[in-house]
Amino acid sequence: MRIALRDIRKEYGKVNANDGIDLEISEGSIHGILGENGAGKSTLMKVLAGYTVKTSGTILLNGRPVVYDRPSQATRMGIGMLYQDPLDFPPLTILENFRMGLDCGIVSREEAYRQRLREMADHFGFHLDPESAVQRLTVGERQQLELVRLLALGVEVLILDEPTTGISSLQKQALFRALRKLAEEGKTILLVSHKLEDVEALCDRITVLRRGKVEGDMGLPFESGKLLAWMFGNELPPPPCFERRTEKGVVTLAMDGVSASGGRAGLMPCRLAVRRGEVVGLAGLEGSGQGLFLRLAAGLEKPETGKIKVAEEDMTGKDHHAYRARRVTFLPAGRLEEGLMPGLTITEHFALQQEQGMMIHWPKARERAEQGIERFRIRGTPLSAAESLSGGNQQRLLLALLPTNPLLLLLEHPTRGLDMDSVQWVWGKLMAYAVEGTSIVFSSAELDEIFQMAGRVLVFFNGVVVKDVRTCDTTMEELAKAIAGKG
Amino acid sequence: MRLFTENSLPRELFTRGFFIAGGAFCLTSLVLLVAGAPPWPAFYHLFVGALGSWSKLAQVLMVWIPLTLCACGLLYSFRIGLWNIGVEGQVVAGAIASTAVLRFGLESGSPSLMIVMAFAGGMLGGSLWAILAGFLKTRGGVNEIFGGLGLNFVAQGITLWLIFGPWKRPGVGSMSGTELFPESLWLPTILSARLSPAGLVLTVLALVVAAWVLNRTRLGLALKGIGSNPRAAYLHGLNPNAYFVIAMGLAGGCAGLAGAFQVAGVYHRLIPVISSNYGYLALLVVMLASYRVWGSPWIAFFFACLNVGSIQLPIVLKLDSSLSGIIQGALVLTTLLVYALRK
Repeated sequence: MRIALRDIRKEYGKVNANDGIDLEISEGSIHGILGENGAGKSTLMKVLAGYTVKTSGTILLNGRPVVYDRPSQATRMGIGMLYQDPLDFPPLTILENFRMGLDCGIVSREEAYRQRLREMADHFGFHLDPESAVQRLTVGERQQLELVRLLALGVEVLILDEPTTGISSLQKQALFRALRKLAEEGKTILLVSHKLEDVEALCDRITVLRRGKVEGDMGLPFESGKLLAWMFGNELPPPPCFERRTEKGVVTLAMDGVSASGGRAGLMPCRLAVRRGEVVGLAGLEGSGQGLFLRLAAGLEKPETGKIKVAEEDMTGKDHHAYRARRVTFLPAGRLEEGLMPGLTITEHFALQQEQGMMIHWPKARERAEQGIERFRIRGTPLSAAESLSGGNQQRLLLALLPTNPLLLLLEHPTRGLDMDSVQWVWGKLMAYAVEGTSIVFSSAELDEIFQMAGRVLVFFNGVVVKDVRTCDTTMEELAKAIAGKG
Repeated sequence: MRLFTENSLPRELFTRGFFIAGGAFCLTSLVLLVAGAPPWPAFYHLFVGALGSWSKLAQVLMVWIPLTLCACGLLYSFRIGLWNIGVEGQVVAGAIASTAVLRFGLESGSPSLMIVMAFAGGMLGGSLWAILAGFLKTRGGVNEIFGGLGLNFVAQGITLWLIFGPWKRPGVGSMSGTELFPESLWLPTILSARLSPAGLVLTVLALVVAAWVLNRTRLGLALKGIGSNPRAAYLHGLNPNAYFVIAMGLAGGCAGLAGAFQVAGVYHRLIPVISSNYGYLALLVVMLASYRVWGSPWIAFFFACLNVGSIQLPIVLKLDSSLSGIIQGALVLTTLLVYALRK
């Protein structure tokens, strides 16, 4: 089936997840959709699969415009999606899952379905025992089951969302073999991924999305450099490198062989030191270990091995409040989910910062809120609830709540989702701290931002710090390669 | 789950109240019609049964006191986002503790001191019982709903064991409870109507304290902050686990006072159903009051009227007194419905 997407838009509040996307996918091809986290790939695929209702735009199947707003309708038209977490019923057996959505009527035709499941599994070289329970399967096997189930439903277009996450390399080979076979049989395959090597290995054509828009489109043979540049953006030439004054010898954060599990990749033993006034950017695909690194440095996660020192003091195993007492502050990416307290007003947030005393001095809290609003140009009043503020203003409020004179600032995606004005403003404030001697460590999906703001960059890949260089001594291309694990 | 926002407009609240009352009225009338009873006389007798005379009003207030005390306690635990289902057991624990104090003071020379001590003991007992549920949550990872519910059964079991065991009446234990205390150990009442002014003062005091703590103190703001987002509150330097236990302690203290009142002011002995289910009822009261301090006493008063008024129904209309339960249930259902629909 031939698919054409015309000017697809999807807005979540003020955020444009898909901002006018045009896409053509030809029959019998394997088409890769590449992009960083938050580029809009998943949203676009969910729109195509009928899981999400688009704000505007047209979908054409074989040149004919179609309208649907439910996954079941999409399936009837021949579009099926294999989600990152397979949508199956773990307590049921493989056969029962397989029959889900296929079976209707009163008469049980179990034998017929068992036969069909066997045939299809054999066809693709999958080993699926009809009687075993799905909860005992690996993600890869559940994926295989979901694949044959969708095909049995008569799907002509198959969308796969990050299918290679969490499966073994053998399963990956089996999956890729099956997908090639399907393409030869005339099925259309859409592969969504942020892993360049997977997409390059399998696809006939690649479209790169960035910030909700199509950034570029390429047929075989692929040029990795160009694809990476599209993914991470290179509108701005790397700014002239500037040497930031860092005082040698004064170490604010030291990690010695620190490792931890958790997140998607965990963190392999890492050893490094951050100095006073240094600004360090953490680059890498989402979930490669940057988040865990920041949380370890803040005392929010405990290391499994190694030692963490803050200003020469051993802090290993202490909780965040001990770090806080040593002026280490962490600003999470989820501003409303983890940073602020919805339902509490700006004044109440400031009141909680008041150090001691049983009573709250409301006039004083209000005064501090007013000062914060003015100094940090928050668009809101002392009585505005945190959740009523826009993302940019929530970040400003978090910055306004920072203790004076922090030693170490740890920031998770400090400018994610902010408009340009807020981004510049936030960095203005942060740089003022750095000049005063605060060490700043931040993660970002934007290489531009890291180049512009950081004096040093750490690149994470699969939980390993694969690169630790001064931004002056590297290039955008080199970093992009390291991020994709090709460094 | 937060059903109600703090800052709903008064007009919106009024509209909702109107729909809730109307909905509950229709639903209850429907139940009455199905049961073959005329709705109007039923509501009329309910009203007269509750507020028809001064002595009826006094009876209502004697129900209102423990119910409002429980509601006061729940305000603390709801503020931090805990579902303190264990409030029922905390009432019972308070009742047991105050019975113990009064038994100890049977021979005492100053009975009024013993009554004060009984209330202090009740508060302590309820508080400790709640702190137990709090520790189960923070140290053992047991959800406060399950921990509280479990402890409710334990408290009930201990009550029965005491009544039929160590504290049984001379001769033989019975379901009617322990031996009645001498009148000197009863909470003083005025009128022949048995209304306790001390109980009223205590309850109003508990309300004032709750309003003060929740709205004016650092503790109250910390409870609200943690209730809104424990993870953010932790990043802002608050320790959610410590405050969970504190909130439970405060909630249990109030519930314990209700238990002490049931023993010293109402039954003058320990009986198997000493809590009269006021703890569970108070959960509904606080929810219907949108978790507001000054909404709670009015809802509690209304519920107390229903409880007392329905006593008349079997006598006058040959209706079961469970009608009050139906009205209360209908109110809660329509409230949930109205808030869901108007979201």
